Amino acid sequence: MIYHYYPGCSLEGTAREYDLSTRAVMAALGAELAEIEGWTCCGASAAESTNALLALALPARNLAKAERHAEIGAVLVPCSACYLNLKTVAEKTRKDPSLLSKINAVLGAEQLRLQGRLQVKHLLDVLAKDLGPAAIHPKVVRPLDGLRIAPYYGCQCLRPYAAFDDPEAPTSMEPLIRALGAEVFRWSMGGRCCGAANMNTQRTAGMELVAGILAAARGADALATVCPMCQMNLDAFQGAAGRLRQADLRIDVLYLPQLIGLALGLSEHELGLRFNFSVKGDFHRRHLKEVAPHAA
Amino acid sequence: MNPSAAAEIKTTRAPDAIEQARRMVQSCIQCGTCTGSCPNAFAMDRTPRQLWRLVLLGQREAVFGSRTFTLCSACFLCTLRCPRGLHLTEAMHALKQAASRERLTAHRPVTAFYRNFMESVRRHGRVNELAFMTLYFAEMKSPLLPLRYSVLGLRLAARGKLSLRWPLRRQRPLEAIFRRAAEMEEGG
Repeated sequence: MIYHYYPGCSLEGTAREYDLSTRAVMAALGAELAEIEGWTCCGASAAESTNALLALALPARNLAKAERHAEIGAVLVPCSACYLNLKTVAEKTRKDPSLLSKINAVLGAEQLRLQGRLQVKHLLDVLAKDLGPAAIHPKVVRPLDGLRIAPYYGCQCLRPYAAFDDPEAPTSMEPLIRALGAEVFRWSMGGRCCGAANMNTQRTAGMELVAGILAAARGADALATVCPMCQMNLDAFQGAAGRLRQADLRIDVLYLPQLIGLALGLSEHELGLRFNFSVKGDFHRRHLKEVAPHAA
Repeated sequence: MNPSAAAEIKTTRAPDAIEQARRMVQSCIQCGTCTGSCPNAFAMDRTPRQLWRLVLLGQREAVFGSRTFTLCSACFLCTLRCPRGLHLTEAMHALKQAASRERLTAHRPVTAFYRNFMESVRRHGRVNELAFMTLYFAEMKSPLLPLRYSVLGLRLAARGKLSLRWPLRRQRPLEAIFRRAAEMEEGG
């Protein structure tokens, strides 16, 4: 199994651990990632807020670059905002040939041309559907026994395109969490918005949403995320959110592939756990009884 | 809002500042599903349903005098649930784009954030937080603004998650695309 890989800007900086753990887990599961050569920013949530045509041309440029390798049929994207930007271009151009020619008129400035033949897939889609719990479970050597994990999906991997899950009541992470030997923490906040960029531009509003999600997660041992923006909001502002609610809202927030990697026996260093603000010290020692790895 | 900002909204140059959004919500039946679904409605001075009504009525001053559209966090719940199938999140984007084009003072803290993000992408191809924030602070000229971001910035840097190096690449890999897109938008 081979995918084009579009890491996106966050995964080079503020979400380094998402990149490390995605690459490590995909390798451990036998899936190959081919990073798109010379990829550039997809426009994030800034292009759509400033210029409608650029908001399509920037992701399209990356798809056009990937399409040069005809043997690969899908792009894997771990960041939900990047995923939605790339996906939007793929979906809209499929239905609208005139839009495709307009985008190609922009890409022509760089002698690039989009055909629109690639599938765009979120990392969660690949983990949950293409690989699935059946591929992961046999490779678990350090089960996350008894760990209660709250699955947090956020918005843009679910909506507006319901590509692989129920866009209002998502469940795709649950079989994966159980495959790791962990328990699914029952809650209804998995698809609630974290405030996204409002945490930068209008923090009072964003903080309310973050505090609401963290408060609902009390009782869980860890939160699993699949988006750098959600991770940053839920991971880095627990102190301020706690002061707002006058409650202790501290909880370990990990990217889903970090949790999968731990169960697969990868080291905390390989999975970049030192980069998570909320993970203090040795995650394994704090949460899990040491279990001897299964004999091969 | 101060009087000069209000006057500025009254005289927004582009006659079509809300026209694009108006076309997108033309068949709105004012059911309020968008308001009921919006996670940020609590912080808005007008609910999404009210905003769409004002857009339909062409009340430009009221639309851009409100901060409602700037609070949309693009969660797409209203788009998913709208019984008329309207692309409401995209209509919010259209309003953000108009406010950014018009450089409305009242919304500058939000629109300048995105505009300078894009300028940084134009120069470097990928996001560089340090370069982008420097541009943003320079435009805003507010002495307190950098402080708001410095705590997170320093924590990120301490974890090695923020490059404190100024990007050296001078190639501007996206220049041609930015330029062509601007030409095409101007030409209609």
